[in-house]
Amino acid sequence: MRHDGFKPAALHVAVIALLFALNFMLPDYHHGLLARIMVLAVFAMGYNLLFGYVGLLSLGHAMFFSAGLYGSGLAIYHLGWSVPAAFGAGLVSGAALSLVIGLLALRTTGVAFMIVTMMFAQVFYLSILYFAQWTGGDQGLVLQQSQRLIEVGGVTLDLTEPVTRYMAALGLFSVVLVATLFIARSAFGRVLVAIRENEERTKMLGYDTFANKLAAVVASGVICAASGAAYALLFGYVGSTLASVQYSILPLLWVLLGGAATTLGPLVGTVFMYYVIDVTSGYTSAYMLVVGIALILLVLYFPKGVLGTIRDRWVRWLP
Amino acid sequence: MMPLLTTKGLGKSYGGLKAVDGVDFSLMPGEIRAIIGPNGAGKTTFVSLVCGRVHPSAGMIVFDGEDITSMPPHQRVRHGIAYTFQITSVFANLTAYDNVALPVQRTLQGGHGHKAVHAGVMEALARTGLAGREDVLAGHLSYGHQRLLEVAMGLALKPRLLILDEPTQGLSDGEIDGFITLVREIAGSATVLLIEHNMQVVMKLADRITVMNGGTILAEGTPEQISANADVQHAYLGTPADE
Repeated sequence: MRHDGFKPAALHVAVIALLFALNFMLPDYHHGLLARIMVLAVFAMGYNLLFGYVGLLSLGHAMFFSAGLYGSGLAIYHLGWSVPAAFGAGLVSGAALSLVIGLLALRTTGVAFMIVTMMFAQVFYLSILYFAQWTGGDQGLVLQQSQRLIEVGGVTLDLTEPVTRYMAALGLFSVVLVATLFIARSAFGRVLVAIRENEERTKMLGYDTFANKLAAVVASGVICAASGAAYALLFGYVGSTLASVQYSILPLLWVLLGGAATTLGPLVGTVFMYYVIDVTSGYTSAYMLVVGIALILLVLYFPKGVLGTIRDRWVRWLP
Repeated sequence: MMPLLTTKGLGKSYGGLKAVDGVDFSLMPGEIRAIIGPNGAGKTTFVSLVCGRVHPSAGMIVFDGEDITSMPPHQRVRHGIAYTFQITSVFANLTAYDNVALPVQRTLQGGHGHKAVHAGVMEALARTGLAGREDVLAGHLSYGHQRLLEVAMGLALKPRLLILDEPTQGLSDGEIDGFITLVREIAGSATVLLIEHNMQVVMKLADRITVMNGGTILAEGTPEQISANADVQHAYLGTPADE
């Protein structure tokens, strides 16, 4: 597609502005929920980069999320690192882990890739339980308020304070959203899509598809780790449930719902899932049944997700 | 003059079947060479060995003085060997523009500026007569246009050796005439290796013809020599002795 850059850029700015405005309008409960959703939408965006654009379905992304979560959480809890340093430790953990996993798992494709990533994630999860002495095992670790302060030129930012937390979540979300838009429209993004469509052909155009896929795995891993690190720092909890297989499946669902290979799909999917659960659990204890039915209906009538379908039918320029 | 491409004893076996068997082949720079032969003669396997999609069981391949026998396919493309597929394999879900932008953005030397890519794409589309169709999904193009897009992608790689595998298959007569003109034009800047069944196209285009049969080279020569060759007539048509 040729790049008419104005409309997509305006749309993304509008979304970020809307999320900023919601900070002043939402009641406390929804304000807190949306901060969490934005952090998890970053996780979904990282997942989407690999699944949506490259077409690699991983069932082990919980390990990249928790690499960030534990990388930053343990640095604070045991080493007493500052918040920015701990965030950096989370990113480095995610980069290192995704590089190693990418080198090994990319030797496979298709179903084997799904299983290999899932197995690695299970190893990671079980290691967290095994090293309970440091990780807190299935109890997890709680980071105290005093450990979650950022000193910036004499001003202290308290990440447990709702508005600061919301703005930090929005800041990370915006950076990653703009980054994914940039990647999707770059020469690199075009190669990733080409690999998804026909890897053999892409090789015959002179591209080292392994190197490109590895770069995508690492970029995806780092974004997911950023989400995990932010989760630890903003919500103060580092626990093994967040490394369980459920957290490998969730980003897949969010992305499928919102629309794979759309830049805003991960946000739409995450918001949608959270609110369906939130609303239905107020009425019935069988809310997972409602979620299940909603998912089936979506897959039947919107197989490309909400934004994927909108793009196909109405708004061709949607990135 | 040194050959651009040489193969020595090149072979590929699948189990007991020798698809390509001990082929010694050389190709001069600037030549248009056609490879012909009956179905199953090993033509596609042979060019697949040259471009690296298939690993040889025996022999070696030298391109521009360098042994490329064990070089991975994407490296060979970077050295200037471009291959267009026999079965059209454009990216059906991408626009014609994106299809051509992929090779263009890789061959551009000075960065990936949108403007430079745009100019390169438009040039390749114009040369193949696809101007004005850049926003059409490749899968929605007519078959003939998909073949041309395939060639546009090959051209955009700025190859030194362009391998065309049955490029005119399924094209109308009018499209074939346009295609012949295009290949002549391409030959001004690249060496062309052409697998082709349409003998009219072969006779019009080829400087020399290589005939393959049963995985080996049966004959090689100018179009006149080949059409007068008794072995070739035998391989293609059979002779009364066979019956």
